[in-house]
Amino acid sequence: MDPLTLKKLNQHRADRRAALVVTNLGDGRDRVIEEGDPVEGDLGEAITKAFLTGKSGLVEIGDSQFFLNAYLPPPRLVVIGAVHISQALAPIAAIAGYDLEVIDPRTAFATPERFEHAQVFAEWPEDVLKTRPLDAYCAVAAVTHDPKIDDAALVAALNAGCFYVGALGSRKTHAKRVARLKQSGLDETQIDQIRAPIGLNIGAATPAEIAVAIMAQIVEAFRNRGVS
Amino acid sequence: MATIKDELTTAEAWMKAGKEVAIATVVETWGSAPRPTGSHLVIDEAGNFEGSVSGGCVEGAVIAEAIEVISCGEPKMLEFGVADESAWEVGLSCGGNIRVYVERIG
Repeated sequence: MDPLTLKKLNQHRADRRAALVVTNLGDGRDRVIEEGDPVEGDLGEAITKAFLTGKSGLVEIGDSQFFLNAYLPPPRLVVIGAVHISQALAPIAAIAGYDLEVIDPRTAFATPERFEHAQVFAEWPEDVLKTRPLDAYCAVAAVTHDPKIDDAALVAALNAGCFYVGALGSRKTHAKRVARLKQSGLDETQIDQIRAPIGLNIGAATPAEIAVAIMAQIVEAFRNRGVS
Repeated sequence: MATIKDELTTAEAWMKAGKEVAIATVVETWGSAPRPTGSHLVIDEAGNFEGSVSGGCVEGAVIAEAIEVISCGEPKMLEFGVADESAWEVGLSCGGNIRVYVERIG
């Protein structure tokens, strides 16, 4: 391996950027590809697939065999609201392999005792997100129902290009939310990214079932990043 | 953002410290393999290592090969599995097969 390959790869990983190392097993040469870098032909297609699935593997292109090693940043799931739904979501996310952070300024809700499987921040989202910025490998689910708490986080999530942005609330609640977000300078294409009502439509009725619907929708969004 | 500490950052630190380093990577698995494709083990010329390619089953053999790869510079493809009788002593107890690519860094 070229030492520069290792150095570049570690830099991408430290910056939470998706990267992939292509090694030609015939001559041992390798290079780092960043997600979105154009690569033509069959190799390019295989690389795109590896980025989407996060799966590493061998590919044969013509007479050459390549190993593609994909390094995706671990997805972070940030939940705004330390409510009943988030309590159910915490163990589900842990099982699915997502690190979960719960943010809620209401100290009665945001207690570590209520969230065994998550990191809890009893602060305003805008303050937490200053020191823990969102990125494309974050999912944000806003579930407080309270615009004072949810809105700033939604704006931050949309501006950071999070792969998933969901917000709890009926269609009526969401219509009001859309109006508020427009006033805060977001355009319609951005606002359309918000999944609302939140969660896959599986007829979820209880907080735990809504958590399942949210988790499933996050997985769907993660595995279909950039594919419309 | 917290800094990641794993075998790839260790390998870079070793290189900066002037050590000779090899990296072993699982490139293919069949059956039940303990570590997924893409997993790494990094080894220095003295046999120090970080990471894993099999959760402990074949690391000893990979480290020995890696020290050779460091001295000769040519990458090597290794294969381990219970199907291969000669590999019995370093076979995978779980019944899987793995292919491991070992190369020198630099």
